[in-house]
Amino acid sequence: MFFHWLEKNPFFFVAGVSIVISFAGLIEIVPNFAQAARPLIDMKPRTVLQLAGKEVYMKDNCIACHSQMIRPFKSETDRYGNYSLSGEYAYDRPFLWGSKRTGPDLHRIGNYRTTDWHEAHMLNPPKIVPGSIMPAYKHMFTNVADIETAYAEAVTVKNAFHTPYGPEFKRTREAWDAHRPKVIEDAKKIAADMKDEGVKKMVANGQVPEIVALIAYLNSLK
Amino acid sequence: MQSNAALEYDYSVAKLFTYTTILFGILGMLIGTLIAAQLAFPELNYFFGEYGTFSRLRPMHTNIVIFGFTVSGIFATWYYVGQRVLKVSMSESKFLMFIGKLHFWLYFFGALVAVTTLLLGYTQSHEYAQFVWPVDIAIVVVWVLWGVSIMGLVGIRREKALYISVWYYIACFLGVAMLYLFNNMQIPTYFATEGLGSVLHSVSMYSGTNDALVQWWYGHNAVAFAFTVPIIAMSYYFLPKESGQAIYSYKLSLLSFWGLMFVYLWAGSHHLLWSTVPDWMQTMGSAFSVVLILPSWGSAINMLLTMKGEWNQLTDNPLIKFMVLASTFYMLSTIEGPIQAVKSVNAIAHFTDWIPGHVHDGVLGWVAFMIMAGIMHMAPRMFKRELYSKKIIEAQFWLQTTAVVLYFTSMWIAGITQGMMWRAVDEYGNLMYSFIDTVTVLHPYYAIRALSGVLYLAGFIMFAYNIYKTMTAGKELTSEPQFRTPMA
Repeated sequence: MFFHWLEKNPFFFVAGVSIVISFAGLIEIVPNFAQAARPLIDMKPRTVLQLAGKEVYMKDNCIACHSQMIRPFKSETDRYGNYSLSGEYAYDRPFLWGSKRTGPDLHRIGNYRTTDWHEAHMLNPPKIVPGSIMPAYKHMFTNVADIETAYAEAVTVKNAFHTPYGPEFKRTREAWDAHRPKVIEDAKKIAADMKDEGVKKMVANGQVPEIVALIAYLNSLK
Repeated sequence: MQSNAALEYDYSVAKLFTYTTILFGILGMLIGTLIAAQLAFPELNYFFGEYGTFSRLRPMHTNIVIFGFTVSGIFATWYYVGQRVLKVSMSESKFLMFIGKLHFWLYFFGALVAVTTLLLGYTQSHEYAQFVWPVDIAIVVVWVLWGVSIMGLVGIRREKALYISVWYYIACFLGVAMLYLFNNMQIPTYFATEGLGSVLHSVSMYSGTNDALVQWWYGHNAVAFAFTVPIIAMSYYFLPKESGQAIYSYKLSLLSFWGLMFVYLWAGSHHLLWSTVPDWMQTMGSAFSVVLILPSWGSAINMLLTMKGEWNQLTDNPLIKFMVLASTFYMLSTIEGPIQAVKSVNAIAHFTDWIPGHVHDGVLGWVAFMIMAGIMHMAPRMFKRELYSKKIIEAQFWLQTTAVVLYFTSMWIAGITQGMMWRAVDEYGNLMYSFIDTVTVLHPYYAIRALSGVLYLAGFIMFAYNIYKTMTAGKELTSEPQFRTPMA
């Protein structure tokens, strides 16, 4: 019998298992790959400050409780806005859809929350939303966001995947030094809408607190 | 070559992995219990500054129980079971002993580094694949060493036909290798630029919807190949060994094995129902999830029927209790999964606590029960001592069974409650509840779940104590017990 033979021939057993487990990935993932990678027309990739904010979002693992995927149900579009489209995620590496809504969806939070709201909320969630079980993230007001890494990410995706960043995005340190003031400018605009004196002082000194980058990112979710 | 003398198996590597199974088990379950309590009592978020929030701890919980507890358990049982079913001792090959030890120490230090990176917030944000790229490379090396161990032992085996458990261990090795490699395709940004930014940061080679598809093809099947396949390997070995009963049906085990291999991987897209993944893939995921009941129940029924005519053992051998209940929870979990994968049910269940509820009736009731039973079967044979206390095992069994039941019932209710409230509309068609209403209503269920965590952890600590006492104070055995594990 074939299977008795297979059990005595580990090489062919391994080959057999490998072939059998490969089918699904090939048939389900490969055919749609190129199409699913297409962005919406005229969509712009995130700025360096927003990317740095995305990295804060990842570092403190917001996806543990928040999704970024509005499903095509009336109850969801009523609550969160238009349902999500594949092309909107084309520049998201990684995707941050999440799998659990202990808190609400955030895919279009930029449409209905402001810098001011986020600042107060991140300091003390239950004060803004009574009954909230979200922890405060006070450390984001003093930790410095890593904008250099965010720039490196932008350059990497530009070179590797043709993500449409401008010609000034280059691999060199000089290019980064030249771009840095632009990031600080963006950070100043966010900080101008905030109340925290420490944050304002850090930004004035050319440092970007994590909270500023995070808010820039959240505001870009529309 | 072949002599009639009984082989002296070398359990030194199996023992080492047994210790880490227990160590990471306690650590992972402790963090799990803490984060469960944080959802009920948010003040518990502030013990360790930025390192103590629910969001930062949650991946530590998942990764420690997956890559710490479960994977240690897989390795521990492999280094025990592998030698015995292949009829060859590790001590016969210096090379394999060396690989085995190297495997363990790289694994152990790799795991410590990995846990530290998560605590510091270095993550790729792929669920269960959070580790940054240098840790990924270490994991690949550890995994390859395990592969060398398996294939090396298979290469020098005396028993020519591979026993069912070996099929499953090999499948676990191959499946996890394939999934892990493809889901961790990343470009380190430091090396893609002239040394800008953090060395540890990288970007995924897939974006958006594609990234999601690859991730859940991984995420779902990492569960398959780490939480199901090797656990079946354990049950095919430990249940017959403990009960003295032959496996009920060879044909059923063949059907279940090859069926599971083929069907499981298709079901990954059921994690992405109603998302922007093309509809046909979603439906494929649903359909194959339902088909998956066949091979899953095939294995479980094969286990239960193995006990045919010997059900009296259930009353007087607590290890049989653990294994039979594990198979039963496996059946529960593998009927629940397909139900959740039906699109209309998923519309309610997705994003709610029913999902962690489903995961935990599987991992607490099936995976952990089987691993603990396996260790309790191995301990007297590895340490040549009786299990220290039957009473403790009995108490642990009921404590943990209660915990599992509390966990999944509370999370079922919580999940369905929340899913219904999100979509509830009033007579004018407006949403009835603001989001926070659907959070505060869950408080009692979160409290029950936290309690169940405490109970389960307490049971696990009793288990750890029992194994420790077995090693140090159990009655010494003069000869290896044949079937039923001796216990005081």
